[in-house]
Amino acid sequence: MPPVNNLKDDKPKWVGQSLGRVGAEDRVTGRQKYAADLRIDNALQVKFVTVDCARARIIAIHTEAAAAVEGVRCILTSADLPQPVPKCGPAYDDRPVIAVGETRFHGEPVVVVAAETEDAAELAASLVRIEYEELPPVLTVEAALDPGSPLVQDHLQSNVLTENHFGWGDVDSAQAHCIVENDYTFPMVTHFAIEPHAFIAAPDPDGITIWSPIQHPYVLRRVVATALGWPVARVRIIAPDPGGGFGGKGWPKVEPLLAFLALRVGRPVRLVMSLEETFQAVRRASAKVHARTGFDADGRIVFQDLEANFLLGAYADIGPRVVSKASYSACGPYRAPHARVVSRALLSHTTPSTAFRGFGTPQASWAVESQLNEAAARLGLDRVEIRRRNVPAKGEEFIPNENGADGNWIESLEKAAAAVAWDVPLAPNRGRGISLGLKSSSTASASFALVRLHHDGSASVLSGTSDMGQGARTVFTQIVADELAIEPDQIVVVMGDTSVVPFDSSTSASRSTVFMGNAIIAACKHVQEQVAAIALEVGAGAEVPYEELLRAYYGSARGEVIGLGSARSAYVPGHPLGGKSAFWEMMAAAAEVEVDPETGMVDIRKLVLVSDVGKALNPMQVETQDEGSAVMGLGHTLMEQLLLDSHGRIRNLGALDYRIPTIEDIPAELHSFLIENEDGPGPSGAKGAGEGGLLSIAAAVGSAINQAVGVAIRDLPLTPERIWQAIQDRQT
Amino acid sequence: MNLRLTINGKEVAREVAAHHTLLEFLRDDVGLTGTKECCAEGECGACTVLLDGKAVNSCLVLAVETEGSAVTTIEGLEKDGQLDPLQQAFIDKGAVQCGFCIPGMILAAKYLLQENSNPTDAEIKQGLAGNLCRCAGYSRIIDAVREAGRAARQ
Ligand code: FES
Ligand code: FES
Repeated sequence: MPPVNNLKDDKPKWVGQSLGRVGAEDRVTGRQKYAADLRIDNALQVKFVTVDCARARIIAIHTEAAAAVEGVRCILTSADLPQPVPKCGPAYDDRPVIAVGETRFHGEPVVVVAAETEDAAELAASLVRIEYEELPPVLTVEAALDPGSPLVQDHLQSNVLTENHFGWGDVDSAQAHCIVENDYTFPMVTHFAIEPHAFIAAPDPDGITIWSPIQHPYVLRRVVATALGWPVARVRIIAPDPGGGFGGKGWPKVEPLLAFLALRVGRPVRLVMSLEETFQAVRRASAKVHARTGFDADGRIVFQDLEANFLLGAYADIGPRVVSKASYSACGPYRAPHARVVSRALLSHTTPSTAFRGFGTPQASWAVESQLNEAAARLGLDRVEIRRRNVPAKGEEFIPNENGADGNWIESLEKAAAAVAWDVPLAPNRGRGISLGLKSSSTASASFALVRLHHDGSASVLSGTSDMGQGARTVFTQIVADELAIEPDQIVVVMGDTSVVPFDSSTSASRSTVFMGNAIIAACKHVQEQVAAIALEVGAGAEVPYEELLRAYYGSARGEVIGLGSARSAYVPGHPLGGKSAFWEMMAAAAEVEVDPETGMVDIRKLVLVSDVGKALNPMQVETQDEGSAVMGLGHTLMEQLLLDSHGRIRNLGALDYRIPTIEDIPAELHSFLIENEDGPGPSGAKGAGEGGLLSIAAAVGSAINQAVGVAIRDLPLTPERIWQAIQDRQT
Repeated sequence: MNLRLTINGKEVAREVAAHHTLLEFLRDDVGLTGTKECCAEGECGACTVLLDGKAVNSCLVLAVETEGSAVTTIEGLEKDGQLDPLQQAFIDKGAVQCGFCIPGMILAAKYLLQENSNPTDAEIKQGLAGNLCRCAGYSRIIDAVREAGRAARQ
């Protein structure tokens, strides 16, 4: 069956085709094993005990009643850990593996119970009594900025964890014809992957193995090793394919705690979090952006003056990086001769904010795109035209000393306008909006891949990428099928085990197709070089099938050929982000909405997305990523928002009260278009994709609502109440 | 307590705790992990199974209530190694991303098509309104259900 030959075609046979998703059959039959589906012999079940407020001083912990529950094997508090209790985290080592003395957010584990059954663990957890004194929490941007507020991390001088200053030109002396100045807010939202988090930690002869649906297994390995004080070689991470990630499964959370617990009890321990606990574990940073934008009489941006305050949670997680990256390119895909961006990462007594699709860009984009719309109205310009006048040409530098525009971005804008029928007259209570979104890609990162050509001509690809639904396995299969000229069914992509797959920085920033894709191509080339040398040695021509060739070379030993490839985005010392953006993720979105002025209800009639992807290696997968991303964007635009009470507890904790888009909320028409000029740095000219879809949905929809009913709202989400109220306020 | 029922056409008799849900029973006691848990409060549909032919959220049903019933889970849809047309349509139409919502989604769709073999898009949306997916824009799921309906009618 395997039509093996090593004659690689010049024209790709598989790349560029919508090959069916690898793993789809397992996913429609229930055979796919997610983390919570794994069963490990002899595992104890884990339950966390928390206090009922965000910030509390722990006075005493009473565990006698819990310990008496049949089947309870361990009740662990901070006193049972090495002292001082290790702190760790992906950006800073600032999070103690368990609360010590004081809790800093609602849901932070204070006590951990391990028992033979989930029932016993739950019962025992309910019997642990924690005596505590509630302390006043810091819950808002204003409180975090107030020097009189309590410190979230008491070894710091203030709750401003980091402050960034980016800019160029001279904003203060720039002369503008029209200045638009507004405040915008973006809500605290949660990832709500349908798979809640689940973990297993098990001691093994070499050290410890941890199963976690983590997007970045190698980051988890490093963080756990740091917490334990071990060499990374002793920590093995096995990452089952996540049931949705979106950044929420990117960075380590409670795995270090589970590692200590497993080592203490000498047995595997398993924790399956509830959806509510998952809400308390990860979220997106909320933000307040003050924007002052100057324009000349023709609508050209003269300056951007932005101040963005992002509300992080109690620990840094990857939050400071979210803030610096998003603010670095906050001015969007536009020329701004003068720019000043000040951004802050603020600590608060809330769930640690982490990466979330778009990585801080949607927060900034909401402000900057809305500013353009308001300027257009004030200057009597069309909202497409004002963008046309400000978008840089291909190759043009728009951030000094940074890679310039890597696509013909005007093309995306025009295509989105045409697809939403921009110039066609509107029915009453209807409006259209358009916006652009731009995100930098990962900087200073590295990917390694191994491609093993086996004796029978089939191949295994070893890659540290996680396939969380974006379809990395499929795309990698297509690449190898072309590079080695073998059929996709002869290829297996192995992922997610740090004892098997080589190093990869992360599955984030839409980087895998570009960086891991390039690494895999390099590994295939390495295979081909060796194959050519073998052919020379055994005197065979290039048309001899791999199987024959390897038999001629190895005989009955059945050896194989192993190719190693790598790709990196260069580390640039002194660069504010550690390196230049290898590509830009650029998205144009346009919406047509109908608003019921009596109720404020918004009906999205049409939503179109145009992504400049360079080359879609699998068009269907790119389109479905964009569609899903856009609908996720409709969530924070129209309905999603975590609400806190005065104790710092999430009021809408769980699926009943926190609403994400359902199948009934999707646009009547949803279209995704791809611009493919093969001008990216990835395989066949690909750029990254998958986050773009949500970058600028809010501004497109907000502008459409404004056109429909004449209200400009600057606080997300644009709920019916807010819209209705704005209509009332306008009428009075 | 002892519980007897039929799961995917096979008789099953097992001990079950009185407070355990059908979802817990299926996943933990029977070892059928294709049925997924997300919200555990009847809001997401990830745990959807067919109970005596009707789609239910198995996280809301006590296992003991299913005595003598027939349950179909995602593992029971394949017949003689052949995928159910719905399963095939989900693959073909690109409706599957991470896949976590898919077992529940397919069983909800199965029930929908059983009740109405030729649903309009509005009826598909209504039928699947209780099933959340966070990956997809849902439109491919609608395509898949429409396609499976068409295939079944032919
Ligand atoms: S897990 Fe049953 S409806 Fe969500
Ligand atoms: S495919 Fe991931 S939740 Fe639906």
